[in-house]
Amino acid sequence: MKRFYVVLGLAALAGGAWLTYQARRPPAAGPGGAVVPLPATDGFPGYIMGSDSAPVEVVEYADFECPACAQFATVQMPTVREQLIATGRVRWRFRDFPLPSHSFARYAAHAAQCAGEQGRFWDMHDQLFANHSWAQTGRDPSRLFRDMARTVGLDLDRYDACMESARYAGRIEASKQEGDARGVNGTPTFFINGRQLTARSWGSDVFKGVVDSITGRGR
Amino acid sequence: MRHRQAIALLSLAGLFVALYLWLYKIGMIGSLTCGTGGCEVVQTSRYAVFLGLPVALHGVLGYGVLLGVTLAGLQPRWLGRRGPTLVLAALATLGILFTAYLNYLAVFRIHAVCRWCVASAVIITLIWLVAMHAWWKERAVGR
Repeated sequence: MKRFYVVLGLAALAGGAWLTYQARRPPAAGPGGAVVPLPATDGFPGYIMGSDSAPVEVVEYADFECPACAQFATVQMPTVREQLIATGRVRWRFRDFPLPSHSFARYAAHAAQCAGEQGRFWDMHDQLFANHSWAQTGRDPSRLFRDMARTVGLDLDRYDACMESARYAGRIEASKQEGDARGVNGTPTFFINGRQLTARSWGSDVFKGVVDSITGRGR
Repeated sequence: MRHRQAIALLSLAGLFVALYLWLYKIGMIGSLTCGTGGCEVVQTSRYAVFLGLPVALHGVLGYGVLLGVTLAGLQPRWLGRRGPTLVLAALATLGILFTAYLNYLAVFRIHAVCRWCVASAVIITLIWLVAMHAWWKERAVGR
């Protein structure tokens, strides 16, 4: 009987230690997580689409939960890709700028980063914006994001491990702080060759006009 | 005596699983180690509250009572009596029915599977099997 109480006591101690560890563990970038992580110092410049030798670089600061970003990504971006990026005139750089008012913005950004880890950032980017109803419901989108990960062909075990580890939470925060330092105060915000686009709309024709003026085609 | 010791250890394991889920529910634990994301889906669904209390808290109370009854049943004055075994069998039956209902909700209503809920289901099933076996044996002996 004495041995039983020793075993029970040890089990209780082990369980208590495990619970204490769980309570002190740094939180993952879980759905709706409000904890802001420390910025990463890996110098990650953002995901890039387009030619390295393109004469114009557009940097987009966007929030996956932002409706205007979704509208831009689904309505204007296909034309920008076709007319400016695919033709080698523009290199597009995506930077995360999760707004504090959006509960799942960081989680969505992390899902995209985990897809990027497997070379599918832009596919996940398109999924997150094309199926944007998750941003309106206020419900936990983790299952939906996992379905998207499956759709874009990710290795789900690696995706799950990545999401659980929250390994890119610091990178997302670094991107946010970079945006803050550049004066970004809403999304989407664009910088074209380092200068902020101040146009009131972001139609593909606006980008084409600016790119034309930079490259001299419009003259 | 052996079956009560086994139930005590299983109840303790169940208590920690339920405590883990409850601490998450009240914000003491930032994120669940789940992998599939199903745990958060289940924990944040409208079915995560039953009779005004978080389901995980029902688990904490349930496993706590099971552990208490078992430890009481291991005291010398109760060791030879059939009463604690009957109470444990009744509590385990209640627990397994409640767990079956929760798993039905998870699979058919919430459409998500929480690994920790499955772990709890396995634990309560084992407790029920041990309790029923003990009850059956004691009944046969006529104690």
